[in-house]
Amino acid sequence: MDYATCRDLIDSHYLDSLTILALVAELEENFDITIPTVEIIPANFNSAEDMWAMITHLQEEG
Amino acid sequence: MTSYCSLLYLAVFLPAVVLVHRILPQRLRWAALLAASYAFFWSVSGKLLVFLLVSTVSIHYFGLWLASEQQCRDHHLAAAAPSDRKAIRHRFTRRLRGILLLAVASQVGILLTLKYAAFFSSNLNRLLLAMDLPLHVPVPSFLLPIGISFYTLQAVSYLTDVYRGTVRADRNLARLALFLGFFPQIMEGPICRYSQTADALWAGHPITWQSLTFGMQRILYGMIKKIVIADRLNSLIKTVFNDYQTFGGGIIALAMVCYTCQLYMDFSGTMDVVLGSAEIFGVRMPENFRQPFFSRSISEFWQRWHITLGTWFKDYVFYPLSMSGPLKKLTGAARRRLGVHYGPLVSGSIALAVVWFFNGLWHGAGWHYLFFGFYHFALILMGSLAEPLVQRLTAFLHIDRTRLPYRIFQTVRTVLLVCVGELFFRANGLRAGLAMFRAMVTDFSLEPFMNGSFLSLGMDKYDFCITLVAVALVLAVGILRERGVSLRETVARRPIAVRWSVYYTAVLFLIIFGAYGVGYVPVDPIYAAF
Repeated sequence: MDYATCRDLIDSHYLDSLTILALVAELEENFDITIPTVEIIPANFNSAEDMWAMITHLQEEG
Repeated sequence: MTSYCSLLYLAVFLPAVVLVHRILPQRLRWAALLAASYAFFWSVSGKLLVFLLVSTVSIHYFGLWLASEQQCRDHHLAAAAPSDRKAIRHRFTRRLRGILLLAVASQVGILLTLKYAAFFSSNLNRLLLAMDLPLHVPVPSFLLPIGISFYTLQAVSYLTDVYRGTVRADRNLARLALFLGFFPQIMEGPICRYSQTADALWAGHPITWQSLTFGMQRILYGMIKKIVIADRLNSLIKTVFNDYQTFGGGIIALAMVCYTCQLYMDFSGTMDVVLGSAEIFGVRMPENFRQPFFSRSISEFWQRWHITLGTWFKDYVFYPLSMSGPLKKLTGAARRRLGVHYGPLVSGSIALAVVWFFNGLWHGAGWHYLFFGFYHFALILMGSLAEPLVQRLTAFLHIDRTRLPYRIFQTVRTVLLVCVGELFFRANGLRAGLAMFRAMVTDFSLEPFMNGSFLSLGMDKYDFCITLVAVALVLAVGILRERGVSLRETVARRPIAVRWSVYYTAVLFLIIFGAYGVGYVPVDPIYAAF
């Protein structure tokens, strides 16, 4: 499983809700952002690229 | 009309609505769907329609109230100095939260009162008796309007989405009423979001040849699941579960597997009829099942089984709770002490316990439903706790987790665990469930299968053969779907002779092998009771 290239992490059930919770905590700490509940949607977590897009957008919003 | 697979629904009601919808101009088609939906509700629940009406009007009002407060906030923010904006946001957030809480409490309050008042008061009486207190709480008995558990969840999702700003409050009461009461979904779901179906329902898309034929094909497939398999298994399941004390572990294990199969065929078959009905009117509803018995873990199973309920709990209970201030603080502290894997599990498991408590209770007011919920909570939690250990162990034993044998092992293990959960789900109470499970473990014997006595439980060898062939067919369709092949589209591309041979074969299969008539009792729509 290559997390760097996979584009269906949620749709193919690689990540469950507990894993996403761990991931959210990791992202919030490392990128100094707050991820609101409305951002936890498959479109933001299906790939590393999607997550980066969400991080960038949250950082821009401040 | 007590079922979507009844002759009255399929041969009279649905064709009549299709006809009226086809005749009316586009701008009036919503009215046909709304009138049909309320007529359907009336035919099942009679005067209890008033509950749906009251809920719809109050949800409409609360939605508009939230919207007007949001507008007021935006107006104040635009006019305020930057230094004052934080305080304004804070003030309005508190006010909006209060309105949302009131709105949700009013909807959930009706559901709690009608569905759970008897359960809670009778258990309170037991507690009072056990404590030797001379008190007795009256046990109320209410009639439940059909689909209240489903439309309440849709209402909560709509209100929360308006609060979050992901959906605009609907000023059109009729559109909201159609979203909440659309007749194919009202009895058993799927639990739709406003953004998924409201506009499509209102648009009055024309019924095309493709939407009609594809919808009818999906209905036919659902009926095969329901009438050929689920209804055929009914006699055996009723015999064993109602009289479980007289059977050994082998027969109980057979009934457990048969019930799991029945539940899937009944619920997913009904969903095929529901989604097919909606498809005829050009409305795409969210899927509720995605080959759940191919899952490799319990967590994955719940992402494939009753999907709309699972995502509802995830979006409106699990994440809001686990991302709330106190639990986020707990996650931060736990990560520092327990590491990046186990740390978030602490707050995650609290939120997960709440989700499974409500998931169990949502299915019904009974201790065995709560047990069913906590059983799955424990399995999912254990799966997450054991994951690092399993990774190390499989690496040490040089087991490739991506290879087919290991995946088959994971799938078989998951199916067995699911079957045990369904045993408790179907059992006539928690005590009966425990006794049946005990019999399976301590009194298991293959004797009834060797001497043929399992054929005297309401299913003879022909019933078993037909069921196995039909299950194999559903399995084959499932394998194709897993590989991304749509059977309907594949068949539609074939020459006319091939196409119609397939359709006729399916219809004849249903007529010849359907379990109806003398000697068969169709299973009541299982999820309609929730």
